[in-house]
Amino acid sequence: MATVDLKDVKKVYPSGVEAVKGVSIAIPDKELCVLVGPSGCGKSTLLRMIAGLETISAGTVAIDGKVVNAIGPTERDIAMVFQNYALYPHMKVYDNMAYGLRNRGTPKDEIDSRVRSTAKVLELSALLDRRPRELSGGQRQRVAMGRAIVRNPKVFLFDEPLSNLDAKLRGQMRVEIKNLQRKLGVTSVYVTHDQLEAMTLADILVVMNAGLVEQTGAPLDVYEKPASIFVASFIGAPPMNLLALTGSSSGPILADGTAIDFAARETPAVTLGFRPEDADVTFNAEALPGALVLPATVEAVEPVGAESFLHCAAAGSRIVVRVSGRAAAKPGDQLRVVAKAEKLHWFDQAGKRVD
Amino acid sequence: MIGQSPLRTFIAHAVLILGILIVAFPIYYTFVASTHTLQTILRPPLPLLPGGQLWNNYSEALFGGIGRIGGVSVGQLLLNTTVMALGVAVGKIFISILSAYAIVFFRFPLRMTFFWLIFITLMLPVEVRILPTYKVMVDLGMIDTYAGLIIPLIASATATLLFRQFFMTIPGELVEAARVDGAGPWRFFFDILLPLSRTNIAALFVILFIYGWTQYLWPLLVTNSNDMNTIVIALRKMVSFADADTEWHLVMVTAMLAIVPPILVVVLMQRWFVRGLVESEK
Repeated sequence: MATVDLKDVKKVYPSGVEAVKGVSIAIPDKELCVLVGPSGCGKSTLLRMIAGLETISAGTVAIDGKVVNAIGPTERDIAMVFQNYALYPHMKVYDNMAYGLRNRGTPKDEIDSRVRSTAKVLELSALLDRRPRELSGGQRQRVAMGRAIVRNPKVFLFDEPLSNLDAKLRGQMRVEIKNLQRKLGVTSVYVTHDQLEAMTLADILVVMNAGLVEQTGAPLDVYEKPASIFVASFIGAPPMNLLALTGSSSGPILADGTAIDFAARETPAVTLGFRPEDADVTFNAEALPGALVLPATVEAVEPVGAESFLHCAAAGSRIVVRVSGRAAAKPGDQLRVVAKAEKLHWFDQAGKRVD
Repeated sequence: MIGQSPLRTFIAHAVLILGILIVAFPIYYTFVASTHTLQTILRPPLPLLPGGQLWNNYSEALFGGIGRIGGVSVGQLLLNTTVMALGVAVGKIFISILSAYAIVFFRFPLRMTFFWLIFITLMLPVEVRILPTYKVMVDLGMIDTYAGLIIPLIASATATLLFRQFFMTIPGELVEAARVDGAGPWRFFFDILLPLSRTNIAALFVILFIYGWTQYLWPLLVTNSNDMNTIVIALRKMVSFADADTEWHLVMVTAMLAIVPPILVVVLMQRWFVRGLVESEK
């Protein structure tokens, strides 16, 4: 079992492109760290540097306290699950799983018992004699997992392993991966662009953007206290509502000129945000002190079943409000959107959180 | 394909049968001639049905030796040609798969230079460099040897490029998975690349075997003694300008026997050939 420590890791390609611009992450033993971000943010490159498939331009990667910059992927004792599974097409499931062990010179009977017990855990026992092309997507995914688990490595690396599965299977496998990881207690790094996957899987969530870490923390902390506008709009679906502010000495003013009843801050905030579920709507006109109240026009209603999303035009922006059950409002209704003061997020000129 | 009207079916079959007849008739006629005595062949018209000399003619050619080529038997010619064709096919595949492996999967200085050097040789057919090659073979004492027949034909830009194209379709993730699984370059080559290339190798083997089997110019130059001739060269030597000098019945037998091995290779390898076209294991 092992920790993974990244210290100021950089990746500069020979073309001069800087894919990772100095990232430091410390992953404690047995924890699952999820790297999430839009495509091109450097998360996959970072993972491949941990794996040893990509050279490290600057900084250090340490596994179990030992710097592994100069060591190849084989000696790092890691196992990787690839996006397209990368199963050996000409080998049976059994051989796919056994291949890594054979290359390490593990005795035959030990390989056999390990492959069979891993197959049992993953419910692959009946498929050991099949070839990858005879398997469904979900089964291939399992084999790829099995190939990683059977080696009993120090670290698991997952490179968007669920992105080729359909939505239902993805949900199932997500839970399964989480359970397996917890049961096996292997330190893991998981790359995804899916914020839902990131939120549900992570012990530590690392949000990346443009080669830099935007925020690191427990998933719910990141959700509740996003460190920047980028994180606020990336984590959460639908994303956080953001309203532009023009500051003045008397207090913040919304883009459409409405002054709102909040004291001026030390650092002037230029963006105000609240999550769709932290707001409510009302048709009444009573005063609501200590809350943000926005007159709004309903533009569209999306009933999802257990909840509904109201898309409204307010203060010159479009905002989304989540209401539980069925919405009483219909398109065209005039109403007021109310968000409690403690649920508001303020961001400064640079897009950083202001508290 | 779609329409199933009887007329269409009839026309389609008629065209196909006509095509087969045009291709097959000369071969059939050769076979017929190979079963008659020399006298029958020389006295036109040649019968359209096989004669009674099948066994005599074939055993005379295969085991007896043919006078016009110094008494060498067709058996010896078949052996020579088989050695050459196999040597060329196996050698070409061996060399080209290794060079393609190096060019695709390794980063070394002047990699692209080497690639282009190989590529450029495509523009230099055997005929263009035949004199210097001949001189080299003479200096190395390889005239009238199997090595002399095979080695100059082995280097193959075409096969190298073919393997290169195939290797480039192998997903990078597969290569990386093997690296993570602890497979070094040799392991990766033997455990993963070679099995995946099976169908390509089979297809290439068929093509190259026939290429080696039908070589004319190079064997003509590099073999002087009759017992090192390949079957195609010997066939040419058997035919004299004067009709009467030519043992036509044996020429026909030799021609028939020269066709057999390539056909065997194609038929036996056909299963692989088709598999290579139908399925892609990736």
